[in-house]
Amino acid sequence: MMIDSFLINALLAGLGIAVVAGPLGSFVVWRRLAYFGDTLAHASLLGIALGLWWQINLTLAVVLSGALLSLVLLSLQRHKQLASDTLLGIMAHSALSFGLVVVALMDNVRVDLMAYLFGDLLSVTHADLWWIWGGGAVVLAILASQWNNLLSATVNEQLAAAEGVKVEALRALLLLLLALVIAIAMKIVGVLIISSLLLIPAATARRLAHSPEQMAGLAVLFGGFAVLLGLSLSWYQDTPAGPSVVVAAATQFILVHTLIRGKA
Amino acid sequence: MATLLSLSEVSLSFDQRRVLDNISLELNQGEITTLIGPNGAGKSTLVKVILGLLNADSGVITRAPKLKIGYVPQKIAWDEGMPLTAERFLRLASNGVKSKLREVVNLLAIDGLLKRQMARLSGGEMQRVLLARALLREPQLLVLDEPVQGVDISGQVELYRLITELTAKMNFAVLLVSHDLHLVMAGTDQVICLNHHICCKGAPESVAKHPEFARLFAQNEQQQLAVYTHHHQCDDHDHRVDQGEDDD
Repeated sequence: MMIDSFLINALLAGLGIAVVAGPLGSFVVWRRLAYFGDTLAHASLLGIALGLWWQINLTLAVVLSGALLSLVLLSLQRHKQLASDTLLGIMAHSALSFGLVVVALMDNVRVDLMAYLFGDLLSVTHADLWWIWGGGAVVLAILASQWNNLLSATVNEQLAAAEGVKVEALRALLLLLLALVIAIAMKIVGVLIISSLLLIPAATARRLAHSPEQMAGLAVLFGGFAVLLGLSLSWYQDTPAGPSVVVAAATQFILVHTLIRGKA
Repeated sequence: MATLLSLSEVSLSFDQRRVLDNISLELNQGEITTLIGPNGAGKSTLVKVILGLLNADSGVITRAPKLKIGYVPQKIAWDEGMPLTAERFLRLASNGVKSKLREVVNLLAIDGLLKRQMARLSGGEMQRVLLARALLREPQLLVLDEPVQGVDISGQVELYRLITELTAKMNFAVLLVSHDLHLVMAGTDQVICLNHHICCKGAPESVAKHPEFARLFAQNEQQQLAVYTHHHQCDDHDHRVDQGEDDD
């Protein structure tokens, strides 16, 4: 029954990611952070490479490198000479390439790159589950405590600021949470497509939701269902885990958007 | 008449470009101040300084103790991303007490809008909801940034009527920003004309040195809109009147 526990671990990990990706992904949709999420995800491979190099915990390495990158991006955007999407494009692919090159240069380390790029459902360990559920709970608790302020700042930063909301701090907070979630989810879904797990369920939920809370909740359901379908496909047909989950999520998106029309 | 907020010789530069130059002004309780100026004159920057969102490089800003400011931003661009009813939007205000919400909703007659999605509101409806959100804070100073942008003319008249009425009822100070140099609310006590520095300010009659302008404004006192032409040669303070009639 060894194999079954692998599957259960993978499902627990995937569902944990879906639960936190719903609300956070909604903010990604509302604040147009899709490309930002992509950049963080791509750059996490650099975190992996550096973590291997310095021999520290890989998840921790990715969390730290993601947090650092968020702060660099924030400050670059403030004194911007280049458009945000240009900056993000440069950082996403340079960080990914640096990561790949650094990994290749380390002779003594053998890394299953495919697993990091596309996710590996068999690799989920108990430590990963702790990261996902523990880290996820922390992220959700922070989101919940700042929920109204975050919504206010998302609707209109200047109005929120005039009402005393610390909009700059919230912007940084959201990017850090995003970095954290991408870091803990990367291992199971893969760096190339993790941001779609934030984006697609939330975008699917948008069609049905009438309030921000509904959208976040429905995004959790859609994400969870995509994880169940995708991992089943991966398990029985031996397809890569991450892409299978994304295929399931994208199918939901297309179905919901073609079947349900003209709603709010 | 209590002064709620005053600026004394406030200046602010961005990248060596002087956006606000030696600005002094007072906002008084019960008074409506209209800030006019062409696009790029520094009006939004001045609003941010008044709201406390930007710090001035020099000068003194004095606020009444615990001054509560209600802010009505320029028309919010809603994309379809976030589903949000007007009611939920109002409840996001920092002190959205339920009884207060009911009171403001009745005052602005926006009961019918509460269940509507924000993205589906017209320009005029949106402005009323934004105004409601500002009023929920029970402000002593109400700042409205280009409130009639994208609102049709009857909506503008209605909004101005509402602001005049509210000012009388609540006795707050109002700062109204407009880039429209032709239309100034008739209830205005003080007009400030900004083009990085203050070109001129004072009661509408004194702003318009031209006697014809003063007559025009007096004629229009009972109406909500005064129509005049405001020329921007600040050096000679030339404010000519092109149009003398407004038979509405």
